[in-house]
Amino acid sequence: MRVLVIEDDRETAQFLQRSLRESGHAADLASDGESGLSMARHGRYDIIIVDRMLPRLDGLSVVQELRGSGMRTPVLILSALGEVDDRVKGLRAGGDDYLTKPYAYTELLARIEALARRPAPEEQETRYTVGDLVLDRLSHKVTRAGEPVLLQPREYRLLEYLMKHAGQVVTRTMLLENVWDYHFDPQTNVIDVHISRLRSKIDKGFAKPLLHTVRGAGYMVRDGTD
Amino acid sequence: MTALTRLLRSIPFRLALAYMGVFILAAALIVGFVAWRANQLLTTKVIETLTAEVTGLREQFQAGGPARLTAVINERIAEPGSSLYFLSDAAGRKVAGNLSRLPPELAAGGQGGVFSYVRASDPTLRPRQAVGVPLAVPGGLTLIVGRDIEDLRRFAGTMGQVALWSVALLAVIGIGAGLLISRGVLRRIDAVSEASRTIMAGDLSGRIPRNGSGDELDRLADSLNAMLARIEELMAALREVSDNIAHDLKTPLNRLRNRAEAALRDASGPASYRDGLVKTMEEADELIKTFNSLLLIARLEGGAIAESMSPIDPASVIGDVAELYEPVAEEAGLVLLSRLQDGLTLVANRELVSQAVANLVDNAIKYSRVTVGTEGSERPQIAISLAPVDGSIEIAVADHGPGIAPQDRQRALQRFVRLEKSRSLPGSGLGLSLVAAVARLHGGSVRLEDNNPGLRVVLSLPEHGPAGALQAAWTS
Repeated sequence: MRVLVIEDDRETAQFLQRSLRESGHAADLASDGESGLSMARHGRYDIIIVDRMLPRLDGLSVVQELRGSGMRTPVLILSALGEVDDRVKGLRAGGDDYLTKPYAYTELLARIEALARRPAPEEQETRYTVGDLVLDRLSHKVTRAGEPVLLQPREYRLLEYLMKHAGQVVTRTMLLENVWDYHFDPQTNVIDVHISRLRSKIDKGFAKPLLHTVRGAGYMVRDGTD
Repeated sequence: MTALTRLLRSIPFRLALAYMGVFILAAALIVGFVAWRANQLLTTKVIETLTAEVTGLREQFQAGGPARLTAVINERIAEPGSSLYFLSDAAGRKVAGNLSRLPPELAAGGQGGVFSYVRASDPTLRPRQAVGVPLAVPGGLTLIVGRDIEDLRRFAGTMGQVALWSVALLAVIGIGAGLLISRGVLRRIDAVSEASRTIMAGDLSGRIPRNGSGDELDRLADSLNAMLARIEELMAALREVSDNIAHDLKTPLNRLRNRAEAALRDASGPASYRDGLVKTMEEADELIKTFNSLLLIARLEGGAIAESMSPIDPASVIGDVAELYEPVAEEAGLVLLSRLQDGLTLVANRELVSQAVANLVDNAIKYSRVTVGTEGSERPQIAISLAPVDGSIEIAVADHGPGIAPQDRQRALQRFVRLEKSRSLPGSGLGLSLVAAVARLHGGSVRLEDNNPGLRVVLSLPEHGPAGALQAAWTS
């Protein structure tokens, strides 16, 4: 996928470009808000990563301009400002996700991959299927190999989020934000325990596990054969 | 600027001066009017007396001719305080009267007027002022009837001088009082300026003096002092943050560096390099977490997030946190019990309250784990409760861990304080201080209590948020 990185710090920008290439993505760089905006308008990008503080035109204004001209390319805002208010401002300006510096590259990668493949609201599926695991979003029923799996409401939402991003790495922070709506970092790794509970409900007794731990990054629901 | 020019330029002095000006003008007007009126009255009286005299003498003359007139005049001048008379014959020779000669001022024309004369009995021969009228008496005689006005004139002159002096005295007293009052006020204002300069120069503990009268300047000093106290508090918080960063972040930073150095020196192959790097990254992540917490606490203590509060349902917010931690508690062999009262509303920041309660539950699990297995067969409990208490909402998290000794409780709420017993456990030591900062931001408080055994932390938040707490403090 083609990524536009609008970031004024050369070293960070080059680190991102190199890392994204290693992950199999093409990345273009812009070092200020104005050139970033014109590149975003004229190039065809799958995702735009924009730093909040930029010379000439700040990140939020870039996003507002883009959205104002009708562009719907997903935008991830990077910022050193990480309070709730800042995040709300970023999302209100038209950003799709907000990541606070310093961040881990794996976190950034997981988020942009999730964003780029996010379907538009009107084409959301009513049913997620991974291998023989089926989640029906209308009846809120989950079955594995045809057998019903009984889940608590939160476990259901956890699985729903994981299955929506099947085949993609989902980080703990992404789960906390999207399933619990928390933007802080609990000291204990509470997510791991929730995942292991969920795993015991959907994978226990089956030869092929579907819920995988991705070391150093997060989790992934994936049919092992693909 | 000299002290005097400062005094003269001061607002109280200029006010006093303006008041003085108006006052003196008014006084001069009043005194002037009184003098004018008195003069008028006295003049009228003199004219009346003269008229009566003239009428009386004419009657005498008509009744008895010149001889009678002369006799009456001689009779009258013998009385003390008499009028002035001068009767002369056609040749201008004096026939009778107490004036030594015909006053030249009256001889010229037929009109009456002011003339001067010398009193016969006065050895100093000082000329005195008088008012008189010349009368032509049939038979070629001339009669001058006059009235001494020297005393009146003297009196009027004295009056005028007294008035002048009074006004001058008033002006002097007024300016003097103005200067004194200005100096008093100026001194107090100078004290305020002086105190502010000292404070600006770096002594933030200084305060503006007040004289205890409760007047405007005192109230101003109170406001300024409250502001200074807040600035000092913020500065102290800032200093503490930088001190803590210096002291407590240096240790993990050093550990990080050592780890990288060791990996570089000892690594035998790619695998151990990799291992070293992973450990370095983990260490860096921990540092970032600590740093974020520190920044958050500092920001909360700056009071910058107050605008993001909205009414929340505390039972559901705390229920969510309990649900998040329930599996962790169970895995640690603990029972997490929630007794949350429904139907309450709390004006607060959901995210921060969640984080604060999460920290409390996290701590409770961490410290209860220590005692798991040592206390009989029953699984230890952690109880989360929520109840309204007197306009506040109290959220309590109670465990049966080792607890905190009463003398250590206050210290435990401070940043980075990790009591000796907990040194072996992971954590930055910022958990409780973050809870305390969240409480303060909401206008609430944190209490540490004994749970017999264990610790009970009570987070008390005002129902209507910090603004509500302020309101309640005003009205009580």
